[in-house]
Formats: sequence, C-alpha cells, structure tokens
Amino acid sequence: MKKFLYTLAFIFFLTILFTSAALAQDNIVTDDEVNAVAHQLYCPVCQNTPLDVCPTDACRDWREQIRGMLAEGKTEDEILQYFVDQFGDRVLAAPPVTTTFNWLIYILPAIIILAGAIILFRSLKEWTTPKAVAAGSGAAGTDASSPKDEYVARLEEELKKQK
Amino acid sequence: MTEEETTNTKRGVPIATQVVVWVFIVGLLALVAFGLRRAQNPMAVVGKPVPDFDLVFYEGYEYNGQKEMKLSDLKGKIVLINIWASWCKPCEQEAPDLQEAWLSYKDGSDVVFVGVDYVDTPAGADEYLTKFNISFPNAPDLKSNISSILNRQMGVPETYIIDRDGILQKIQIGPFASVDDIHSMIQSIE
Amino acid sequence: MLPEFGYGIALVSFLVALYSLITAVYGATRKSTSMVESARRGMLLTFPLISISAATLIYLLVNNHFEVSFVYEVTSRSMPTYLKVTAWWGGQAGSLLFWSWLLAAFTSAVTLRKWERDFEFLPWVIAICSVTLLFFLGMVIFYENPFTRFWLVNGNVEPHMFQPALATVFTPQDGNGLNPLLRHPGMVIHPPMLYLGFVSFVIPYAFAMAALITGRTDDRWIRLTRRWSLWAWLFLSFGLVLGGRWAYDVLGWGGYWGWDPVEIAAFMPWLTGTAFLHSVMIQEKRGLLKHWNMILVILTYALVIFGTFLTRSGVLSSVHAFANSPIGPAFMIFVSSTFITSIALVIYRWPTLHGETEMKSMLSREALFLLNNLLFMSVLVICFWGVMFPLVSELFTGQKVTVGPPFYERATAPIFAALMFLMGVAPLSAWGHSTLKTLGRAMWKSALIALVVTVILFATYTQNIIALIGFFLIALVLLVTAQEFWRGTRARQRAQNENFFTSLTRLMGRNRRRYGGYIIHISMMLMAIGILGIEVFQSSTQGELAQGESLNIAEYTVKYRELASWDDQGKGVNFTRAVVDVYENGIYLGELTPRIDFYFDSQQNMTIPGNRSTFRDDLYIILVDWQPTTAMGATFKIYVNPLVNWLWIGSMLFLLGVIFAAWPDRDPAEETSRRGVTRHASQPSAAD
Repeated sequence: MKKFLYTLAFIFFLTILFTSAALAQDNIVTDDEVNAVAHQLYCPVCQNTPLDVCPTDACRDWREQIRGMLAEGKTEDEILQYFVDQFGDRVLAAPPVTTTFNWLIYILPAIIILAGAIILFRSLKEWTTPKAVAAGSGAAGTDASSPKDEYVARLEEELKKQK
Repeated sequence: MTEEETTNTKRGVPIATQVVVWVFIVGLLALVAFGLRRAQNPMAVVGKPVPDFDLVFYEGYEYNGQKEMKLSDLKGKIVLINIWASWCKPCEQEAPDLQEAWLSYKDGSDVVFVGVDYVDTPAGADEYLTKFNISFPNAPDLKSNISSILNRQMGVPETYIIDRDGILQKIQIGPFASVDDIHSMIQSIE
Repeated sequence: MLPEFGYGIALVSFLVALYSLITAVYGATRKSTSMVESARRGMLLTFPLISISAATLIYLLVNNHFEVSFVYEVTSRSMPTYLKVTAWWGGQAGSLLFWSWLLAAFTSAVTLRKWERDFEFLPWVIAICSVTLLFFLGMVIFYENPFTRFWLVNGNVEPHMFQPALATVFTPQDGNGLNPLLRHPGMVIHPPMLYLGFVSFVIPYAFAMAALITGRTDDRWIRLTRRWSLWAWLFLSFGLVLGGRWAYDVLGWGGYWGWDPVEIAAFMPWLTGTAFLHSVMIQEKRGLLKHWNMILVILTYALVIFGTFLTRSGVLSSVHAFANSPIGPAFMIFVSSTFITSIALVIYRWPTLHGETEMKSMLSREALFLLNNLLFMSVLVICFWGVMFPLVSELFTGQKVTVGPPFYERATAPIFAALMFLMGVAPLSAWGHSTLKTLGRAMWKSALIALVVTVILFATYTQNIIALIGFFLIALVLLVTAQEFWRGTRARQRAQNENFFTSLTRLMGRNRRRYGGYIIHISMMLMAIGILGIEVFQSSTQGELAQGESLNIAEYTVKYRELASWDDQGKGVNFTRAVVDVYENGIYLGELTPRIDFYFDSQQNMTIPGNRSTFRDDLYIILVDWQPTTAMGATFKIYVNPLVNWLWIGSMLFLLGVIFAAWPDRDPAEETSRRGVTRHASQPSAAD
C-alpha cells in the first residue's frame, strides 16, 4: 500500500514537472531571463559593454532575438553558439578555450608568473646564504635580541632613534 | 664613497640573460608595431585588389540563380558593395536611392549591387529589406568577415566600388546624398 | 589671428625645450655650470609659454570660435562656460596640450628646488623631462594641432593651420558639443587627476635616469623623489577612483569597473607604481634591490606613455577610429626608443647596482616585500596580456576575440587574495630577520579573531566560499593593522610616559610613511568589502511596468509612479525622468528619479540612475526604456549592490592615508632613514 502511494506521488510529481515545463514554453520570456543570457555576450557595435546593459539599437535587436530564441525553447548554450556562428568568437566575454591558440591566454601569464617566482626564489636563496665576508654595513642589530619580546624591543629601539 | 662600499659583488649581466631580455623586449615591441601596422593599413586599399570573401545571401535573394558565391565570381563586373544595418538611421536615408539606382542597372548592364548586413539580427534585416523593397542581393556579414576585410572606418553605412578587374576604386563613407551621386560614382569608373 | 598666435607660442615653447635639452646635455658633458643654468632657465620658461598657448585655446573654446576645428568638435553654444573650459582635455589635440602643460609645470617645479648637493643630476633631469616634453609638444605641433581652422577652398571645407591660397575661413553655425558622458563632474576632474598621476611619474623616472647616466647609483635619487612618487601615486589612484565613481554614476551598468582596455591602461602604471613604492623601502632600509627599483621606475614611465597612447588613441578598443591618426607610429617609436635606451642603461650600470647587504631570512620583511612585488607584477602580466591578446589573436589566427571581465576576474582574484594575506603578515615581520615562529606568535591572536568573525558571518550572512575567504582576509588585515597601532602606541607610552593619544599622534607623526601606509592598508580593506559586495552579492531584475505596477528585488519593492519628458532648449537637452516609490518590507523609504538625458548637439543619450545608498547596500535603478507616445509603460532595470558604499568610504580614507604619508614635514632633518642617518649625514632638501 505504502509502495503504491509512493508510486502515485512519483507519477504525480512527474506530471507536474512535465506540464510546468510545457507551460514555461508558452510563457512570455522575462527580461531577467533574457539578461541572464545577454550578460555573457558582447555586441561588436559597442565595444567592451556587455549586451544586457548596452543601450544601442543594435543591442536592443540582439536582446529581442534572444527573447525569441528563448521562447522557442532554445537553451542558453544553443543561443550562445548561434551568436558565435553568426558574428564570431568576439561576441563571447572571454576567448573560448576551444583552440590551442586560445589556451595561450591562460598559459602564457602562468608561465611568466612561474618564471618570476622561480627567479625570485633563487635570488632570495642566494641572498640569504651568507657570503664569506660578514654581512653589510647598515643592518641594525635586531637579530640577536631575545625572541620573547623581540617586537617590542625593536620598536623601542626605533623609538629611541626617532627621539 | 659609495663606489668602495659596493665592491663586494661587481658582476655585469651575463650575456645569455642579456640576449633573452633583448629578444623578449624586441619581440614585444614588434608585436605592438605589427598590430599597429595592421590597424593602419586596411586589407582593402583603393587601387589595390580586394581580398576574396564569401557571400551567403539572405533567404529570397540570389544572383544569377546562385544563393552563395565568392566575390571573385563577380570579376568582369563593376561591384558596388554597400555595408548597412537595420539599426542604422543614416542607412535608411540612402536605402531607397540605392534601390532606385539598382533598378536602372539591373538589366543588361555589368554593374552588380551587393548589400552586406553588418551586426544584425535576421528579424531586423528582414523588416528592413521588406520596408525598402530592396531587390539587389543581400548577405549577412558572417563573423564580421567582410567588414574586417573592407576595413570599416567610421561605422555604417559605407559603400565600396570595385572595378571589373577586382580592384577597389571608390569608398563612400556615410550615406549617399542622392541617386545621382550613386550614378556619378559608378560612371566615374566606367 | 588668435589661432596662429596660440600655435606660434606652442612652437616657441617647443624650440625653448629643444634649447634646454641641448644646453643641458652640452653643459653636463662639458661640466659647464653656466650652460646648465641656462638650460634650467629655459625649462622654467616653457611653463609660462605653454600657459599662454593654453590660455589662447581656452579663449577660443569659451568664445565659440567654431572655425577652429577642435573647438567645433568639443563644444557647442548650449554648453555652460565651465564645461567649455574643461573641453580642453575632452578631445585628443587639446589633451595632448594639457599633458604638455602639466609636464612643463612639474618640470619647472622640480628645477626650482635647491640643487647644491645634487647638481650633477640637474642637467640630466632637465634633459629627460625636456625629451618627454618635446615629444608631447611635437604631437601638438605636427600631428594633433588644436589650432587648426576650417577653410573654404574651391567650395570644399578643409582643415588647415595656415590660410591656403584664395581660401576664406569657414565658421560652422554651432559645434558638435562635448560627448555627454564627459559632462559629468566626475569626468571633468577624472582626466586631469589621471594625467597629473601620469605626468608626475615622469619626475622619478628622470631622476633615475640621471642617476644611471651620472653613475651616482646609490639611493640618493630615491630619497630625492620619494615625495614625488607618493604624490604621483596619489593622483593616479585618485584618478582611478574617480573614473570608477563616474562609471557607476553615468554609464548605467550598475558597476564601477569593466576591465575595459582603456581602464587597464591607467591601471598598469598604478600596479608598477605601487610595487615601486614598496620595493623602494627595501633599498632605503637595506640597500637591496637597486636593479629592480630602476626597472620598476622605467616600466612605470613606459606604461604611463603607453597608457596615454592607449587612452588617447583607442588603438586596442576600437582599432578603426584610430586608423587615420598618425600619432600611433610616433608614440610607438617614442615608447620603444625610451624603453630600449633605459634598459640598456640599466644593463650598462648593472655592476654598480649590486646590493650592499644580504638578506637574513626568507620571512624577513624585505623578502615579503619582494613577494608583494612579484604579485603586483603578476597582475601586470595578466592585464598586459589580456589587453594585447585580441591583437595577437587577430595577427596569428585572423580571429577577433573579446577579453572581458570573466578572464580578468578569474586570473587576478587569487593574486589579490594573496596580496591581502601579505598585507596581514608583512607588517609583523622584521627588517632583516623573521622566522615562522616569531611571525606565528605575532599573528595568532588576530588570525583567531578573524576566524571567529568568519564563522559568525558564515552562520548569519553568507555561505559563499569566495566571500568568506575574502572576509577572513579583510578581518585579518584590519586586526593586524589595528594591533600595529596599538602595540606601537603602548611601547611608546611605556618609553615616554605619555598618555595614549599623545603617544598615538606622536608615533604616527614621527613615522608618517609607515603609519600612512597602514591607513592605506585599512582603506584598501574597506574598499575590498565594497568590491566583494558588488562582485559576489550583486543582484538585479528588469521589467516593463505600467503606472502603479511594481517590481520586487531582495527586501525592496519599487513602484512606478509617473514619468515626464521635456525639452530644455537652453541646455540643449531632452530630459526623461521617471519617479518611482521605494519600499523596504512594505515600509515607505522615499522616491527615486532615474532619468535619461538626450543631448541634441551630439545626438547621444546619457542614463542617470536613481540611487539610494546605505552602508548595507545600494538600490540602483536605471530607466531603460519608455513609451514616448503615452508615457505610460516604462522599463526599469534595478540592481541591489550590497556593501558597495564601503568602496567609496575606503577611497576617501585612502586619500587621507596617502596625504598623511606624503605631507611635507616641518623639519626635514627629522625624517631620516636608518641608513640615511649614518650614511648621508642629513641632507635637507626641498624635494624631500
């Protein structure tokens, strides 16, 4: 009996799911739904302004196009793909990493930053390894103070100098 | 005084490092310079042949029964390429003139008009073409390919006239003032 | 007549700058003091000269001389006088003259200081400044002349500087008018601030080059330009903040920063400048990193020129608008040649630039500062590459691409987080020596409290992981910095027997740069709160409303009351203004009036949002569209931007912090670095 109830509930649930999906298709597409897609697009007419906030007529047409496509039941990905096919990769907010070349946008800075980090680390190592001659002239004697109140000691010493 | 104090390590930059640094800097500058050159020199220059591109006409448009063609297929004819968009107000100004001019060339002349629709939606384009009764072949500017070849300078509309040998002869930035303007520009090539 | 006069004066100042350059170099190589003095006088003369030229241009702008093409482009009869004046920097040609004028002012100021001790720097500083000045004046004179007039030649209107044969002056009825976006008060002062920042970074660069050329590569050039760098940094930062505020107020997209190439162009010199301000301290305190400081100041200068080139010419953002302008190659050649020469000089002087001491530990303050530099450079690399990538892509694949906010946000967010963590650690580390143990001991209390704060936020405010990491770091830095103030004051109190506030003010007054720096860190954290708020928690909705209908977002209800549209012929603007009532949980809060201004002369719209700002959030309403015939239906876009106000509060505190750090001391001798005391037995100087 209990099992039967569960199945009933499940079927009921499924019906709701399907009907609501069907309803959604007939529904008017809201501005928010349009903007959610438009926000990911850049119209070539207004450089560097996302489509959802671009005030030009060209962009208004694009948004109406998106609205129409959403009403037809197209998914977000399909719509984005349509615009890429029509107008090229530049309608997307960032280059799609579909080609090896476009991977460069992420890889190259990573390589340079890594190289910088290695150079920095090696220089630091070189500097921190004591050389034959004793350390330089101006270093204030902060190193040998008691670890307990080192900070306060350092500050007090600086304060004395300031006076 | 300082000189003596800094004697502990007096090394210059190793040659290898110098080479790497210079290659990097020169490469970077060359890149910017290249981009600049490209921006300054359009691919289509008056007096030079226009690089080829594809035309895929809108529904209901064709040329000599073809729905798709290349620019090079039109060699031997004078080609007027008009770049427009449905959201562009000045384009509407010249659209009737262009259509009127086209009607006089349509039959028995070797002048071809081609409309190229820049950054537009199918619905907008359809409405525009119907509104002005445009009958010369029109194609969308797929992937902005055509406009980037012809190097749009200011926006739409822009018109390019290519002679029988495929050489760019005239550029009109902004709308034509009248039908006569269009005729005289074409006649200046013939 | 007047345009020729203005042009002529610009030409004269160009020649004077050229004279200064030649005599300065000649005087330096021949060790002729009188020659150098003459160069100095010449340099001083450029400022009044360019001022006269600029005054002529302003006169033409204010008095509707539309026969001058620049006046025609940027002004119109309906513009108020103050906007006609600020239109000076509203267009390419004028802004180049403005740049030249600022540079002449700064160079004059720097040549006026006392030079007795540093006399060998003087000719080279003059030379470097005059080369830069010559370049910008050259742009004005040869390429982008603001004094060009329209002439009627054989029935055609053509722009020429001088009267062509048989031509008459052509005066248009009215001008184009300034781009409405540039009429906002924020935009009126944003470019000058940015340019001030740009121009004042030329001075430290000039000193650095002078040090390299003369071989006096100790840290004297750094101490001489310390204040300049701080002020330059202040102007640049202020310019960036104003730009953000302007974008928030008039661009109508609910944000303040869009990672536009033009914005990034101004941001890049700020990054190297910030890195420079930090690493300079290492050289002053420990005598390290001399090479690196040189490279940073050179990079900053190159990026300043490059940034001007990008902002003024739009080479990357809209390639085509730029295609006809000849200034691109000129800028390119100037940037390349100065950059290559500077780097060559650094390599030539490399042996004399070696550090004087060694580092003692990987966790010492200087090591952490280096890490900070690495992080700033990383952001720079990302920004530079992001700006260049569309160019590279078009070059190699023929494919145009957009590099927008998602890329920058993804790539820089972890680095900014790491920078925040460093801000929490570095103040606790000691110059010369620190260990994990000492750092841990100094930090654990703050870290624990920050963790507690984060847990409370998790329970009450947000479960978003990025926001929580952000808030933890913000809390950590705020606590550590507050603790620095507290411990410093307590220590001084014990040593001097003063009361708490005397101790605090004296402590800060005695070490302006350190405590100014801490104020800046605190303000950065306040700004971070605002940035996190808008980045993570922003929500928006849009809808078309009939009168009396309302939209809901978060706790707010926005009810559309009425809309009116009218022409103001005097201003040449059509105003469309909607009135909406705002309720929070049903309680009436007041009305907001988003509007659209349409400028007749330039045929452009400007969207002015209605904004209700509190510490908790901003309710930001944009009038997107309306039905002109009935004035009944209107479309609104509504944003809720949580915490964004802290961004502006932080910016204000930030300014105070920099001013505090950069304010001249009454007694320059008081302000000495630890090494400076022994090494350069007090050199009081005006620039210090």
